[in-house]
Parts: sequence; structure tokens; C-alpha cells
Amino acid sequence: MAELSDRPFPPGEYPVIVIGSGPGGLQVASRLRHDGIRHAVISADDAPGGMFRRWPFFQRLLSWTKPFAPVDRSDRAYERYDWNSLLGEEPASRTLMPDLMDGSSYFPSRPEMQRNIELFAERAALDVRYGCRWTATRLEETATGSRFVLDTTDGEYRAEVLIVAVGVAEPYRPATPGIELAAHYADTRPAESYADRRVFIIGKQNSGFELASGFLQWARRIIVSSPSPAKLSVNTHSLVGIRARYVQPFEDHVLGGGVTVLDAAIQSITQVEGGLEVRVRPTAGGEELVFEVDEAIAATGFVTPLGDLPDLGVATFGQARLPAQTPYWESASVPGIHFAGTISQGAGGLKKHGQPANSGAVHGARYNARVLVDHLAQTRFGVERERTPIAADDLVDTLVHELATAPALWHQRAYLTRIVSLDPAAGALDEGLAPLAAFIDGAADDGTGDAIALTIEADGTGAIYPVVYARRAGAISEHVIDQDLLLRYDTPAVRRQVGEVVRAFGVAAGKA
Amino acid sequence: MANADEIVDQIASFGLFADLATPQLERVAHTFEERWYSEGERILRQGISGSAFHIILEGEATVVIDGTERATLARGDFFGEVSILLGEPPVADVVAKRALRCLVLAGPQVQKFLVDHPPVMYRMLQAQARRLRIANRWRS
Repeated sequence: MAELSDRPFPPGEYPVIVIGSGPGGLQVASRLRHDGIRHAVISADDAPGGMFRRWPFFQRLLSWTKPFAPVDRSDRAYERYDWNSLLGEEPASRTLMPDLMDGSSYFPSRPEMQRNIELFAERAALDVRYGCRWTATRLEETATGSRFVLDTTDGEYRAEVLIVAVGVAEPYRPATPGIELAAHYADTRPAESYADRRVFIIGKQNSGFELASGFLQWARRIIVSSPSPAKLSVNTHSLVGIRARYVQPFEDHVLGGGVTVLDAAIQSITQVEGGLEVRVRPTAGGEELVFEVDEAIAATGFVTPLGDLPDLGVATFGQARLPAQTPYWESASVPGIHFAGTISQGAGGLKKHGQPANSGAVHGARYNARVLVDHLAQTRFGVERERTPIAADDLVDTLVHELATAPALWHQRAYLTRIVSLDPAAGALDEGLAPLAAFIDGAADDGTGDAIALTIEADGTGAIYPVVYARRAGAISEHVIDQDLLLRYDTPAVRRQVGEVVRAFGVAAGKA
Repeated sequence: MANADEIVDQIASFGLFADLATPQLERVAHTFEERWYSEGERILRQGISGSAFHIILEGEATVVIDGTERATLARGDFFGEVSILLGEPPVADVVAKRALRCLVLAGPQVQKFLVDHPPVMYRMLQAQARRLRIANRWRS
């Protein structure tokens, strides 16, 4: 039993406690160590991986990694082509995913992804107290303010700062009469057990279409229904909508192949002789429809397993009951509780033109986690922000290079921004990454001085282009750079447009 | 926290959706996205493009133009449609006066939504006519 007593992070007081050992928790832990902040990581699981230890149901991811990409794997720009590796602080823990894939697809299999996360924990030498389940939370007054007390299956933990990275993985079912007769997505059986069955799937998001895709060669009849029309990612130009991988049932439907895709509200599910009866009402109007099926499956999504945090005052919103968050991923209603991993999507940002960030996926959340930890380091633990000077002659080139290649900007569009301050005395200083909403609303860097902030953005038409925000004398202006069809943003045209923005500050624009 | 059923109950009483039957309201609840803003948070930003159409479910918001408060909006009120209809950045900030829960529809989806729901378009036109009448009274 020696290893039991060797388990890291015994109950006690820590400056920061991280809950969760999925990609979010581990990315945070890696950055906390880099920034030199003492912390504990606890997890109810037995091993790293989070949801990827179980899902996606059909065992292959929706997020790609390209083993062969236009840039070398050692180049930071490669992260743009690798959505699944976590961000290592040392070369040994970087870009781990491509070497673990067997070449059969650019979507890693679930076990390959699990291995990627396990290997990151090994290579980055991250300690986690596994098998330690968080059960309750309370606030306790201290001499200087208050701190959180976490009850766990191993004892009490105390910390002023919590980082919750527990995923969005608690099955959700709507209040439809008879919904208990439907299995949840999370309880779906192996596809072959649906051979020759009539299956009614509730929900037209990726999980519903993932199941329908898996059942195509098995089920006798497939009906997929929910009130609003199915969106396709190739139309929304974002991760909103059904991903291309799962569109096949839709094609079957539109070609009259036998699959039914309906825009209808589910009225009731009842047990009848020989199966289930599902009654639906089309949202466009018309008669109620009745289906007799063998199985109903609720692919109705998941909610955030926040435990008793809502009782503590943590405000939540939407069907997924995500916690409402500040731009820096702190609970909007209970200071000191922060969120990482897929829960960070609760900080929606500007969603310009309706385009969401990719915070719900690893390739977005991994950058959020770094920005969160660095922000805590500066605001709570007295760590100075690294502010690298940029020579006046190099300024425009540096900005243009960042726009053309920075993976955080390309993955977190109109969400994360690179800030360069333009102090009359100190010159140009790289202030690092921050949430765009924080910059625009004066909550990032010093909030008022002259500065430039860079983003990559999209407007939903398919265009992807840089935007430069200029803060001069406290006022912010937005400068949209002309779109390049081939997404080349290191061209003379970009240099000229960025140079114009820089020159307006009265700073020498270098070789523009 | 609200699920689609609760949202349907809330919006059924809103003037904008007065002519819709329950299945259509359900579709609205699934088409719009719910967002939560904390007190003091900016929702629309004067001069910044790409903003969305908002309907207030709960809470209050203030319309601020060049730093001056111009109006207060509450449950059932909506904002953001003018800049979307005109294709221009908002000419005002809208700021949460206290915690605010909204239904949100992205700018690029507004035209299709209104064309698909003519009764909602008519109600919105009525609301605009009322605002125009008030503005005209101010002038005279």
C-alpha cells in the first residue's frame, strides 16, 4: 500500500486547487508549474484523459491532427494544424498527437487521444491526486477575506482560488413526457445491437447525427427529430452545426433513402404493444405525426457537473448550464472560482457576426488555460508580466508575422488577441495574449494606454481575415484587413495596412 | 439556468412573439442562444462591428451614447436590430444595469429569421413605429 501514501497533494491548504484531469485540468497544471504557482490537482478519475476516456461513442474524434502540414512540427505555427496536442512548456511535451496516430485517419481514434493526454501528463511530469472525488464546497471567512473549503473523498482542501475543469459531461434530458423511456446518448449500446431495429433519435446536433451515422448499416428505420432545423458546419463556417463527418444521414434523407430528418417538437413517448410510440408536432405547422419504434435515444446534450457551486451563488445559463463567466473565465457571480477546459466556452466573448470561439474544443481551450493561469499569476500571485520590447524598426514586421502565423489567434478568432503597448517612453512592448473582450472593455493590460491588439476573425461568409484594434487616447477603433482568398497574411498589402494603423500613433513604422 | 421549455414559457408573453403557436415558440427557443451578462458588462459596443440581436429575458440594460445614458431596457424589450438591419456597427453601447439574461440571435441570421416569421417581423415593425413616433415628438 506504499503507493497510496505516496499519492500527491494530500488534503490541506493550497494557493490554487484544480479539479479535473482531462485536457483542461492538465493544461492548467502545466502552466501553473511553469509560472511557479503552488497548487494541487485532484480528480475523481483513475487516470488522465477526462471525457476522452469514454467518448466519442463511436471511438473517433471530430478534431483533426495533420501529421503532414505546410510547416514543420517544431514551428509554433504547426499548432494550427494539430487540434489535439496540449501545449507543452518544454519540447518533450509538445506536439505529441501526430506520432501516436496510426495513419488511418486525420481524426485520431479515442484511444489515440487518450494516449496523447496520458503521455502529456507523463512528459510534463504532472502530478494529479487521482481517485479523489470533490463532494461539497463552502466558503469560510479568513483574516484577509475568504477561501473555499472543498470536501472530498480524501478529506478537506482549502484554497482562495479554484479552477474547475470537470468537463460538460452530465447527461441532460428535456422534460418531455415519457422521456425516461428513451436511453440517453451516454447509454447507447454497440451499433450492431440495433440491427433491424426502428430507432427514433431526439436531437439534431452532432451527437444525434453521430449515432444516426453509426446506425446506417444496422437500423431498419432511423428518424432524427428536434424543433429547429439542422445546421451544417460547412454552412455556418464554424464548429456550430453538424460536422462533415456526420452529414451522411442527412444525405440519405434528402435523397429519399429512408432516413427521416424532421423539424418537429417531441410531444410524448409512450410504451405500446411491441415498442414505443413517439408523437411529434412539426414546427412549420401541420398534423401531429406518430411513429412506432423499437428504441428512442435522447441525444439531447450534456450539462456541466458543477456539484453544489450553484448553491454557493455560481450563476449558470443555457441548456448546458454553463457557469456565466468574466472574459478571464472567472465566475461572474462568485469571485475566486475559475473555469478551464471545455467549460471555458461559458465565457462567450464578442461572438462577432455570430461566430463562436473554439473554447469548447481542445484547440481553443488550451490557449484559454494559459491565458487564465498567466492572468492569475499577475493579478493574484505577484508574477510580473513578461513584456518583451519590440524595436521600432521591427514593429510592423512583428505584427504582420503574428497575424500570419499565431495559432492562438487562428484558433480563437475574435476571442483571443495579442496586445502590443506603445508607450511613448518605453516604446513597443509585447504584452502577450488576452481575451479580446477584456481589451476592448479596458480590462486587459493597463486598460488605457496606447496599444494595438491583433486578432484573426471570420464573418460567417467563409472569409477569414485579420483585424487590428487601435487604442489611442483611450478610444478604440477597429481596422479590418482586406481578405486574402488564400489566407496569406504576410503580404506587402497587409504590411501596408498594418503600417497605416501603426503610423497613426506617431510611432515610426519601421520598414513598412 | 433555463432549458427550452422554460424559455418557451417566458417568451410566450412577449409582444414580439404574441402571434406564434407553441411549436413555433419552441423553434425560437432552439434557434436563439441564451446568454448571461453580469452587472456593468457591455453587450453592444459603439463602433465595433459584428454585434447580435438581443431580447431581454430577465434584468435591465442601459443604452449609452458617447457616455450619456439614453434609455433603460427591461424584460421583453429587444435591441441590436437597427445596426443589423442597416449593416453598420452599433451607434450606442448597451450595458447590463444588473445581471441580464438574454436570448441572442447572430446578426447574419436575423434576416432569414424575420422572413421565416412574418408575424414577428410585423410586431418588430410596430415597435419601430412606436420608437419613431416618440423620436418625432421629441423633435416637434
